[in-house]
Amino acid sequence: MRDRLTVYDTELSSRLLVGTAQYPSPAILSEAIKASGTEVVTVSLRREAGGSRAGESFWTLIRELGVKVLPNTAGCRTVKEAVTTAQMAREVFATSWVKLEVIGEDDTLQPDVFGLVEAAGILARDGFQVFPYMTEDLVVAEKLLGAGCEVLMPWGAPIGSGRGLNNRFGLEALRKHFPGVPLIVDAGIGTPSHAAAAMELGYDAVLINTAIAKSGDPVAMARAFALAVEAGCLAYGADPIMPRDMAEPSTPQLGRAFADLSHA
Amino acid sequence: MQIRVNGKELDVAATTLAALLEELEYQNMVVATALNQNFVRAVDRGETPLKAGDAVEILTPKQGG
Repeated sequence: MRDRLTVYDTELSSRLLVGTAQYPSPAILSEAIKASGTEVVTVSLRREAGGSRAGESFWTLIRELGVKVLPNTAGCRTVKEAVTTAQMAREVFATSWVKLEVIGEDDTLQPDVFGLVEAAGILARDGFQVFPYMTEDLVVAEKLLGAGCEVLMPWGAPIGSGRGLNNRFGLEALRKHFPGVPLIVDAGIGTPSHAAAAMELGYDAVLINTAIAKSGDPVAMARAFALAVEAGCLAYGADPIMPRDMAEPSTPQLGRAFADLSHA
Repeated sequence: MQIRVNGKELDVAATTLAALLEELEYQNMVVATALNQNFVRAVDRGETPLKAGDAVEILTPKQGG
């Protein structure tokens, strides 16, 4: 098993990060987080009508779970919006971590990587520890690292799509290109097997929300993802065999009965 | 005075951001504030004047992915 994951001086033993949105109820959210074994959950800031206490009860629930929070800038479309949202989140959630999203396209919700790099630089200089939501682009990765990011979060597929690892080759290339950088697949994972596949590629962690929250049984699915992430992590450390084109018998040929008979 | 709060036009009496939060009953809630897309720290709200046409955001913790 690999060592614990270190992100920005914080050691994590769980390699599963979990989003907190779209659960059927706060109780199921709470149970799913416990079942996932996660130490980090994502949260957001939103408008609320004066007098409503929904946000506050959510925040109390998260604090009672004792997990670290990773506030996002979900839905922000400009550098200014993302930077201001990050600053607001830092005050409310009392953390310098931020999952930086600068969305560039409506259908795919893919990041505007130009705005992302600019916002990451501004936030890193302001003392933020930035987790950038990015495409699996080597050049963008290089620029984000240059801007001060110490973790990268490439998408697997469009947010909420459940399509898994859309560009396995690209994700593999990113892993090989930046062997020392913590890489977390964020977005698009649909099933535990997708998460295991990401971990088998050598990814350091995965972030899952929709695939757990919108499943028929989020608590069971959270546990399934925890097992898959652990299995994939263990498998990567155990150096999997390479695929080959032709069969190779696993049972020894030597001493096989009827070996002297011809089937010609 | 007419200002925009969380995207809605409101007629308010408050002349500072701190007073606005009281007027809109946010005073005991965990919120973060921005004025015209610039973050305003909680400690600065009392000294942050409002003028007609300002756009205020008042945000609270919510579920997120």
